[in-house]
Amino acid sequence: MEGVLALLVGLVFAASIYLMLSGVLVKFVFGFALASNAVNLLIFTAGRLEHDRPPLIPVGAETPVGPTANALPQALILTAIVIGFAMLTFLMVLLYRTYAETDTLDADDPRLMDETPADDDDHGDGSVPQEGGRS
Amino acid sequence: MSMLLVWPILLPMLTAIATVLCRAKVDTAHWMTLVGAALHLAAAVALLAAVHEGRILAVQMGGWPAPFGITLVADAFSAVMVLITAVIHSAVMVYSRRDIDPDQVRAGYYVFMQILAAAVCGAFLTGDLFNLYVWFEVMLMASFGLLVMGRRRAQLTGGIKYVTLNLVSTLLFLAVIGLIYGMTGTLNMADLHGKIALVPHPPLVTAAAMLLMVAFGIKAALFPLFFWLPAAYPTLPAAVAAFFSGLLSKVGVYAMIRMFTLVFTADAGVTHHTILFTVAGFTMVFGVISAAAQMEMRRILSFHIVSQIGYMVLGLSLMTPLALTGAIIYLLHNILAKSNLFLAGGLVRQAAGSFHLDRVGGIYNNYGLLSIGFLVSALALAGMPPLSGFWAKLLVIQATLESRHYAMALVAAAVGLLTLFSMIKIWAEVFWKPAPPPADAHQAPEGRRKLSAWMLAPMLALAGITLVMGLAMEPVIRFAEIAAGQLLDPRAYVTAVLEGMP
Repeated sequence: MEGVLALLVGLVFAASIYLMLSGVLVKFVFGFALASNAVNLLIFTAGRLEHDRPPLIPVGAETPVGPTANALPQALILTAIVIGFAMLTFLMVLLYRTYAETDTLDADDPRLMDETPADDDDHGDGSVPQEGGRS
Repeated sequence: MSMLLVWPILLPMLTAIATVLCRAKVDTAHWMTLVGAALHLAAAVALLAAVHEGRILAVQMGGWPAPFGITLVADAFSAVMVLITAVIHSAVMVYSRRDIDPDQVRAGYYVFMQILAAAVCGAFLTGDLFNLYVWFEVMLMASFGLLVMGRRRAQLTGGIKYVTLNLVSTLLFLAVIGLIYGMTGTLNMADLHGKIALVPHPPLVTAAAMLLMVAFGIKAALFPLFFWLPAAYPTLPAAVAAFFSGLLSKVGVYAMIRMFTLVFTADAGVTHHTILFTVAGFTMVFGVISAAAQMEMRRILSFHIVSQIGYMVLGLSLMTPLALTGAIIYLLHNILAKSNLFLAGGLVRQAAGSFHLDRVGGIYNNYGLLSIGFLVSALALAGMPPLSGFWAKLLVIQATLESRHYAMALVAAAVGLLTLFSMIKIWAEVFWKPAPPPADAHQAPEGRRKLSAWMLAPMLALAGITLVMGLAMEPVIRFAEIAAGQLLDPRAYVTAVLEGMP
């Protein structure tokens, strides 16, 4: 079973890397989402799979009786899912704002790749746009 | 006693919560963060005093014994990194009082900065790999917020490069955590030190180490992976850029030094002496050559961040006591000098209205203190004796020579010379050259603008620390030797963490 999941992780990774390298930033988001799931699956598989043995401690006992499923990877994954979700949300808002500013999400577009820093000469004129309700 | 390890993380967190509550009152927020930063500094000093003379402190959070719970550990290296974080944090907080618009304060600038400081300290103190990942994510999230705060176009496009590459880096890091857990069944770093040797297929460990090297390499801005840094950092306000340039990429270097001395040492011939060694050389050379081509102060400084990282990784790659001593001193000196150069850059803009070398000039005539502060840091960065950078470079190059890598020693020395070239370029263009006529005709040529003491004082203080560190190098070297000894022989570290273990 671990072998099958390992192959699946590899497959999902391959797909996500393909998407991430496509050069369109919207596809990068999908690639990122896929890759987070691949990593979560990897941690899950690395914790070894156990069928039908929940990690529960019977009433009156101090420790689980007999082998049970490994609960730690699930705790790790839960943390990673929460963090990954926050990152994904931020990434989407960032792309949305960037699209509103530059009209493009194509990584080859010079408007996006332009690296001249903001021309913020003239200190303190307050010309920096400051709209309410940041992300 | 055990709380000593918690305060450097907890205090900025508490300050962050306090500033969230009153972020509409800009003045209150200013004072609150200043008090918070001072307390943070005090906590860091107390921690350093406690690990003095080679003691190692460890505390198990929540009372779960290692290796099951989350461990916080402070050895000499961690403690001194926490201290330098607190120093930069305090300086930047004083500087922010004038540099940051009230609008940005209302948008939560101080909150993000405090969380960032807490996360950096957490990353330095944690003894658990998954916890390190969590601190990295906290750090990333706070830095994302700061990065796009001004919402200018360049900030957004620079931010995209920073965000995407760093997200890939954390995914790789998380994948390594899964792989290591699958091989050893533990994520406690001290426990890993022993258990990693028991893995039946050592090449698998090397593969995981390489993946981790890529993950940390993106964070630390190593050679083929550094492109996000010069795209993102120059778009930031000076105070934020100072904090980022001093500390964020250095957390990657710290994590790399920690993992590649404590855990992944079995295959040092490949991972350290071949790959890290080569990468360090390329990082130094590419960074410094790219910097030479730039004409904007912050972009020059950003490329130098990359170049300087090469020296630290070179120290790690040699893995001798002298090389690690050099790497640690280099880390400390570089955080101080680099942050300070960005602070000075902000002051130059305040004085002359631009970061572009073409558009400013005559600073030396009008602003003596600013010129001295910049010159001390710039010469320290370039490695002029007797400043701190000279000793740091000397130790690293001496260690390179002792390991018989003569060509690399030559490269390191030449990169130092090119660094000097860039610094002299800024000095000649910004400080010595007469001020160019204003671009706009309607803008009357103005005399000497008044620099804010809130911005000047922290810049001079950091320059002073750089100077003192260079003049009183002996205790610093002795301390770094203790820290390097602990890194190369981690038995005391492992015992401190696992002593309660059955």
